[in-house]
Amino acid sequence: MPFPFFSAPHIHQGTNVSQLMLQVIYALIPALLAYIWYFGYGILINITLTVITAVITEALMLAARGQPLNIFLADGSAVVTGTLLAFCLPALTPWWIPVIGTAFAMIFAKHLYGGLGYNPFNPAMVGYVLLLISFPKEMTTWLPVKDLMINPPLDLKESLKLVFTHIAPEVDSFSGATPLDYTKTQLRLGRAIDEIRSHPLFGGLGGKGWAWINGWFFLGGMWLLYKRVISWHIPSAVLGILLAMSTMFHFLVPNYYPSALFHLTSGGTMLGAFFIATDPVTAAASPRGRLFYGAGIGGLTYIIRTWGGYPDGIAFSVLLMNMAVPVIDYYTQPPVFGHKKDS
Amino acid sequence: MKARQLWSFFGGLTLPDGKNQSTQVPITQADLPEYLIFPLQQPTGNLLIPVVKIGDIVLKGEVVAKAQDNLSVPVHASSSGKVIGIENLPILHPSGLQAPCIIIETDGKETWIDRYPFKDYQQLDPSYLRNLIREMGIIGLGGAGFPTFIKLNSGAKAQVQTLIINGAESEPYISCDDLLMRERAHEIIQGIAILRHALQACHCLMGIEDNKPEAYAALTAAVTTGIEIIKIPTRYPAGGEKQLIKTLTGKEVTSRGLPIDIGVVCHNVGTAAAVYRAIHLGQPLTSRIITVTGSAIDRPKNLEVLLGTPIYHLLNQCRVDQRRINHLIIGGPMMGFTLNDINLPVVKTTNCLLVGIPEPNKSTPVMPCIRCGACAEVCPAHLLPQQLYWYTKAKELDKAQDYHLFDCIECGCCAYVCPSHIPLVHYYRYAKSEIQAQKQEQEQAHRARQRYEFRHRRLEQEQQEQAARQQMQKASLSPSASEDKKRALIQAAVERARSKRIAQKEKLN
Repeated sequence: MPFPFFSAPHIHQGTNVSQLMLQVIYALIPALLAYIWYFGYGILINITLTVITAVITEALMLAARGQPLNIFLADGSAVVTGTLLAFCLPALTPWWIPVIGTAFAMIFAKHLYGGLGYNPFNPAMVGYVLLLISFPKEMTTWLPVKDLMINPPLDLKESLKLVFTHIAPEVDSFSGATPLDYTKTQLRLGRAIDEIRSHPLFGGLGGKGWAWINGWFFLGGMWLLYKRVISWHIPSAVLGILLAMSTMFHFLVPNYYPSALFHLTSGGTMLGAFFIATDPVTAAASPRGRLFYGAGIGGLTYIIRTWGGYPDGIAFSVLLMNMAVPVIDYYTQPPVFGHKKDS
Repeated sequence: MKARQLWSFFGGLTLPDGKNQSTQVPITQADLPEYLIFPLQQPTGNLLIPVVKIGDIVLKGEVVAKAQDNLSVPVHASSSGKVIGIENLPILHPSGLQAPCIIIETDGKETWIDRYPFKDYQQLDPSYLRNLIREMGIIGLGGAGFPTFIKLNSGAKAQVQTLIINGAESEPYISCDDLLMRERAHEIIQGIAILRHALQACHCLMGIEDNKPEAYAALTAAVTTGIEIIKIPTRYPAGGEKQLIKTLTGKEVTSRGLPIDIGVVCHNVGTAAAVYRAIHLGQPLTSRIITVTGSAIDRPKNLEVLLGTPIYHLLNQCRVDQRRINHLIIGGPMMGFTLNDINLPVVKTTNCLLVGIPEPNKSTPVMPCIRCGACAEVCPAHLLPQQLYWYTKAKELDKAQDYHLFDCIECGCCAYVCPSHIPLVHYYRYAKSEIQAQKQEQEQAHRARQRYEFRHRRLEQEQQEQAARQQMQKASLSPSASEDKKRALIQAAVERARSKRIAQKEKLN
């Protein structure tokens, strides 16, 4: 009777890579809805563009590399990369911005390194940084939150027209800076935090709308933790260090350094802590290593936000810490059973 | 009584246990097969030497093959009958390895040899007792099959403080130890007393997982004195020797060390029961309890099986649904190996036949490692399985060893949780065997080089010696010396002639 040969173990808990990726997508849905609520349909157009580009590029690269298309397209990693990148882009940015960013991320940051599992740098962040340094004008022109728009939010048709033709009579009337960006430029102009925060951009915690979106990212992240898709180490370390540093400086000079609440609810903090820094492929592997890795991201983010040239530092911090991963992994090996130093 | 402090080991898993299927009916005696097969290759040690020949009539319990080294124990006929063959047959080994086997045709009478029980084993010297246990063919019945007498010989180097009895059967689906504990608690307790006497151990602890309340109750009821029975949490691989020792004592067996180094010796409950039968009843190890279970088995149960019984015989007795066999696994689903021959015989270490499991889930494609770290969270050896995989795949075997490859106990936890469905354990086994092979090759090369250098030196020396001899000979016949001699002789002759001449002249004058 011929039975096939299998190596032990013969049972499996039943998870697979596609499920993990799908759960990440699910966890992003609340924040996506909030995004649409506060900033209109632009984000949907962005996601559509990035996901389509990601999947097409993935397929082309897989074909070029002679890899099985059905298996790797089904893993969902391209969709996740596209979605994450879309969240980092200003809504209603010209269509070629998401397309170029995603294609670059997929080709250069992922497939040229060997595809899923082999990329040292977070592809979405590579794509984002490329766009940020190549097209600074487009990348820093954000929509103000719905309440502050002079005209009511654009409907889907007008949004599409704007994205693809970039023709809209009143385009300047609703372009602006994010709260982080605004804070930074105003601080440079010598104004105090209190004054800056009296601007209508700001709500009770951080920027209007931004605080809510960060809150929904946080909830999505908690769900991922509950589902054990991610471990607590990286988000805790990122947020912990950001909290500690911002509290300390705010305590020393309250009128120059914004409070911890502002840092935690602004920009990409929660998206970065729960969805981007936790990308397993590019993060440190051991639990202790992940604490160091997360702490590095939190610390660098604060430094770049406070003293660096860019309003938000998440992308640069993640990429910088990606570089440090091999070293972190080497020095944070767990104590192997039976290898206690004292025995 | 105050609950005893327990320690926990890192990692591990809560697995769906599947044991209920086979615990519904009591242990059943398996039918006597027509033929019994006894491989001469045992789990440890060299081939055994047969002491019977074709045509011999053997009785149940008679030695059919004896050990030729200190790592093996004899094998006994498990029923009476006639030796009808000694030939190479495939044995129970994942590779389908062949080895010489003794084949016995049973006569159905089950006639025992004369047995000599020792009721008052306490009068026996521990070393005598150890030897008796060896002669009775007892090896560890937990899985690895290490000869029991060796583990009873603590030697002079260490004092055994604690004897630990392993009642933590943590592999899913297997329930042979569970049923043994439920039904034969008395035998186990008596066996433990004998083991304790042989070891002269001060303490005795027994760990039972808390998913076996009946077994725990039966043993607590049967226990007499001096044995502490402890419920431990059900968490695979709680039954791993090192994990059990850690759970019960908080001590870690060092990486390359043995439990004895920290004053602990660990034996399985099945071994204890076998020791009881060997000493109290005088019966050598001729049978064991085997769980026959899985989704293709109509009536999963535990069978008391004569060693040497072919597997098909057991399957027939448990009614196999031929259509549902997708797997035949020897052992549990986590560490067992697949087999494709049902004519193979069960041996002393066979604890479970798993025929078909609910979801073999092997159709999922293997994806690249995404370094999610799930494996590192469950590894009871506290390794970084994904790094080991990485280095093994890249054939950087030195690096894999730096990451403590050889501390891997092959429990399968990492592969069980891997979302990419990478057969991780398979890689580690490959890496380990590759490293061993390289070491052997290196050793061979080293020996060959030594031989060559030795021969080279010898030849050189011989040459030198020969040269020296020639030199000596030459020296003894050197031209200068002989010339001197000649000259002296000539001189002497000249002298003689001259003196003669002078003498003649003087005569003439």
